[in-house]
Amino acid sequence: MTQEILGTRRLSKHFKGFTAVNEVDLSVRKGHIHALVGPNGAGKTTLFNLLTGFMTPSSGEIHFNGQSMSTLRPSQIAQSGIVRSFQISAVFGSLSVLDNVRFALQREMGVSFFFWRSDRVLNRLNDRAMELLESVGLTSVADHLADSLPYGRKRALELATTLAMNPTLMLLDEPTQGMGYEDVDRVTRLIKQVAAGRTVLMVEHNMKVVSAIADTISVLQRGRVIATGTYEEVSTNPQVMEAYLGPTSRYGEGDAA
Amino acid sequence: MMSRRYANLRRLSYGVLLLAMLAAPWAGLYPVLGIKILCYALFACAFHLLLGYTGLASLGHAAFLGVGGYMAGYGIKAWSLSPELALLTGLGIGALMGLVMGYLSIRRSGIYFTMITLALAQLVYFLCVQMPQTGGEDGLQGISRGILFGIIDLQNDMNMYYATLAIGLIAFLFIARVVRSPFGQSMIAIKDNQARAISLGYHPDRYKLLVFTLSASLTGLAGALKAIGLGFVTLSDVHWMTSGHALLMTLVGGLGTLSGPVVGAVVLVALENKIGQLGVMLSQLTGINWFATLGESVIMVMGIVFVVCVLTFRRGIMGELDAFVRRVLTPTSTRSSKHDDE
Repeated sequence: MTQEILGTRRLSKHFKGFTAVNEVDLSVRKGHIHALVGPNGAGKTTLFNLLTGFMTPSSGEIHFNGQSMSTLRPSQIAQSGIVRSFQISAVFGSLSVLDNVRFALQREMGVSFFFWRSDRVLNRLNDRAMELLESVGLTSVADHLADSLPYGRKRALELATTLAMNPTLMLLDEPTQGMGYEDVDRVTRLIKQVAAGRTVLMVEHNMKVVSAIADTISVLQRGRVIATGTYEEVSTNPQVMEAYLGPTSRYGEGDAA
Repeated sequence: MMSRRYANLRRLSYGVLLLAMLAAPWAGLYPVLGIKILCYALFACAFHLLLGYTGLASLGHAAFLGVGGYMAGYGIKAWSLSPELALLTGLGIGALMGLVMGYLSIRRSGIYFTMITLALAQLVYFLCVQMPQTGGEDGLQGISRGILFGIIDLQNDMNMYYATLAIGLIAFLFIARVVRSPFGQSMIAIKDNQARAISLGYHPDRYKLLVFTLSASLTGLAGALKAIGLGFVTLSDVHWMTSGHALLMTLVGGLGTLSGPVVGAVVLVALENKIGQLGVMLSQLTGINWFATLGESVIMVMGIVFVVCVLTFRRGIMGELDAFVRRVLTPTSTRSSKHDDE
C-alpha cells in the first residue's frame, strides 16, 4: 500500500453558530488523484482553505508528509509543496500570459526583491515558462494579457502557473467549473497527465470527470465525510445516494451501477 | 502587443517633456517656481509608486516630506551640512520613518490602512509643533543652499533649478526601473490577485513594506530638496493636507501612468501659484469683479478641479491622453478587443 501524504485528524471549522467542517478525518495517499465531492455548502472549499492555511482550524490537526502544518502561514505551506488553485479563476490579469508563469517561477530564483535590476534577468525563465505553457496549449497566446483570455484558457493558465511551483500536492478547486465540453475533456486529460509523479486533491462536481480520473473519492455532506472509497464503492453507498437524491428516491442505484 | 509607433510616440513625448523642462527657465519660468514644481513632482511620483502599484492610499506622506525637510534644514543650520549630505539625511529619515510607519500600517488595506497612516502622520505633526528644533509655528527659515559637491553654487537660482531637475530625473528613472524590475512585477501581481500570490509562496506584506519604504525615502528626498531649494520648511509641509495634495496631483495627472504625477504636479502647482493672476485676467476679460478674488480661494478651486477630474476624466490627464493615442493608433477590429467581449 502507498503511504499517506496528507492527513487530517478531527479537523473542524466553526463559524458563528455554524459548523462548516465537522471532525473530518481525511487521508490522501501519495500518487493518488483524490476527489472531494458533495452538494453545495458541504464544506469543500472551507476544507481547502484550512488545508492551505487561508483559514485557521477551530480544532483538529493537519499533517503533510508526517509534519504538522498548523503553525505555518499560507505562503509557507505553499513553499512546502502544497499549491492550490481557486474556484474562481485566479490569474494576474495585468500581466502577460508568459509573465504569469514566470511570476510563479521567479520566487525560486531569489530575485523577487531586486528592485534595482531590470526584469530582463527573468528572461532566463522563458524556456521553462514556455514549456509549461506548451503543456496546457497556451504558447500561441503567450504575449497576450491574461485578462484578455476566455474563461477556459484562464483555467488552463492557472494550471500552468500551479505546475510551475512543481508542487508535491496540488489542490484543485473545481478545475472544470464553467467550462464547455471540449475544455472539460482537455482539462481532464491535462490533470491526469500532470498528476503523474504528484498527488492531486480536487473538488469536482462533474461526475464524469471524477469517475474518469479519481483513484479515491470522499463524499462530504454538511461538513462531514460520509464515505470514502473508489467510484464504485462510493456511488453504491446508500448514505451517499441519500445525500444527493434525497431519502425517498431509489433512482440513483441503477445509474450508479 | 504594443505597437512600435506607440512606443516611438511615447519616447518622443518623454523627450519633448524633458526638453520643455530644460528650456523652461529660459522661456520665462521663474526658477524658484520651477524648483517648487519639480519638488512636488518628485513628491507625487514617490506617492504614486505606492498608490499606483499596490493600491494603498497613504495619508501619511506629508510626515515624510515635512520631516525630510526639517532634518535637512536643521542639519544645514545647526551642523552646517553640505547640500548633498542634507539630501541624504532627508532620504535616510524618510526611509527610516517609512519602515516604521509601513510596519505598523501595511497589514491593513483600504480605508483602514489610510486611517492608520493618517493617525501616525498626525502624531508626527504634533511632535513637529512641539519640538524646538522645528521652529514650531514659525517653521525653519533662512536655510542656506550652500555649494553642491563643493563646486556648484546653489545660491544661483538657475544652478539650483538644474540641480533639482537632475535629482528629480534620477529619481524618476529609479522609479521607472523599480516598476520594471522583478520586484515591480511581483508588486503588480500581488495587486492583481493577492490570494493567488500567497498560494504561490509569496509573502505580500514584505513586498508592500519595501514599496512603502522606497516611496517614503523618495518623499523624504523631495522634502529635503524643497527645503534647500525654497529655503524654508513650515508646519504646512507636515500637515495632512499636503498628503491630500499628492493624492490630488496623482489623480489629476493619471493613476497608473509613470508621467501622470509629474504632469499633475505641474498643473496643480502652477495653478495654485498663478491663480491670482488668472483671476485678475478673467475679471478684466469678463467684467465680473468676483473673479479677481479667485486668488484667495485656492482650496475651493482645487476642490473644483478634483470634482471635474473625477466626473469627466477619471483616468487623469495622461491616462486619457494615453487611451486616446491607443485608440487612434489601433485599427478598430483588433484581436484584443474581440477577446474583451468574451
